[in-house]
Amino acid sequence: MKPAPFTYHDPATPEEAVALLVEHEDAKVLAGGQSLMPMLNMRFVVPDHVIDLNGVAGISGVTDTGSALEIGAMTRQRDLMRDAAVVAKTPIIPEALENVGHFQTRNRGTIGGSLCHLDPSAELPCLMAAYDGVLTAHGPDGARDIPFAEWPLAYMIPTLGPDELLTKITVPYWGADHGYGFVEFARRHGDFAMIAVAALLEVEGGTISRAAISIGGADVRPLRLTEAETALVGAAPNAEAFKASAEIARGIDAMSDAYVSSAYRQRLAATLVERALVQAAERASGSA
Amino acid sequence: MADTRDIEVTVNGKSHTANVETRTSLGDFLRHGLGLTGTHMGCEHGVCGACTVMVDGEAVRSCLMLAVQANGQEVTTVEGLADEDGTLHPLQEAFWKHHGLQCGFCTPGMLTSLAAFLRDNPDPSEREVREAISGNICRCTGYQGIVDAALDAAKTMQGS
Repeated sequence: MKPAPFTYHDPATPEEAVALLVEHEDAKVLAGGQSLMPMLNMRFVVPDHVIDLNGVAGISGVTDTGSALEIGAMTRQRDLMRDAAVVAKTPIIPEALENVGHFQTRNRGTIGGSLCHLDPSAELPCLMAAYDGVLTAHGPDGARDIPFAEWPLAYMIPTLGPDELLTKITVPYWGADHGYGFVEFARRHGDFAMIAVAALLEVEGGTISRAAISIGGADVRPLRLTEAETALVGAAPNAEAFKASAEIARGIDAMSDAYVSSAYRQRLAATLVERALVQAAERASGSA
Repeated sequence: MADTRDIEVTVNGKSHTANVETRTSLGDFLRHGLGLTGTHMGCEHGVCGACTVMVDGEAVRSCLMLAVQANGQEVTTVEGLADEDGTLHPLQEAFWKHHGLQCGFCTPGMLTSLAAFLRDNPDPSEREVREAISGNICRCTGYQGIVDAALDAAKTMQGS
């Protein structure tokens, strides 16, 4: 099983990579290769050109700006899990990454690759939805920032122009005492989730002051449960409030496929939203 | 005409130069280019873990990496685990002792994955070992012997 022949390019800068995208009509960008390489091996994709980003300078690594993480698109998933700022400021990210493939694939897989591949049930898009992350893309006319809410266009298609390259992801911090929960259900560990839920909570004086809930795997893009978030703000972080959120999750529009029905995804969403919120509340300081 | 590149890769401590077709996977290059058939190609889409090797010390799927991407890097395959004189790596010794293999197809990937894992986590729990090999599929053993071997090897390696 071999990829069909292609011409290989290994640019050294984002500008060179963009120039190659402009020059070549039928090109695929190769990041960590943990999704594109299988698709090349099985000839699901047969590009004339492969543009490898692994030698591109300046688009990997994590910067703590004080109010946000700035993550280079080529940062490996395993490096994110080991980064001190990521662990301290956005602990839901390493927790969720435990569910992404296996350690051998996380050694190569990148955050930018996962966000561009945009599998509906992938964990990183689900997290970026919860955080309202901002994605920076470089094109022939310079860079532009894209809020995550506008990132997914359709099934596995981000709103990235054919000549654009994702270079940076900005993840704004929540309060130091925020709570978080990430839970998912898959047939086997490391498989894509049938449903994944990310929950973030801030609690002040026994009352929820801020909430974000995102659900992956239900639709072609991660869903934000804004109705439940609004209802939670001002409420006490207790079982009653979280059961109400679960009932809202049960009403989401969910996909059906050959293995998992829409109704089952809705049931999973309800159960997992409740579990993620309970965990987030337990971890939020000031919730007692 | 085939798109090719000249590469220089250090494999098990020995430097190799070769002209490779850019679409060639690292695993195929090791097997067909260098004759190192210890690395087994199973599913060739990143699921089974049989082809796992270490690149610059980190365990990766050699079916999901191009040979050209290993240019300038150090690769360790299962052939590189034992000493020059044939003394087995503690993991290999433990696999033998605990019947951690039957047909042997998954074994190279199990050994390279566990070698990288035990370096980073020298005193793992059974659960952590099972988690570490969750991306390596074995159809013979039921995993019990492999887990026992990994835990025993961890003890041996800590003692040495």
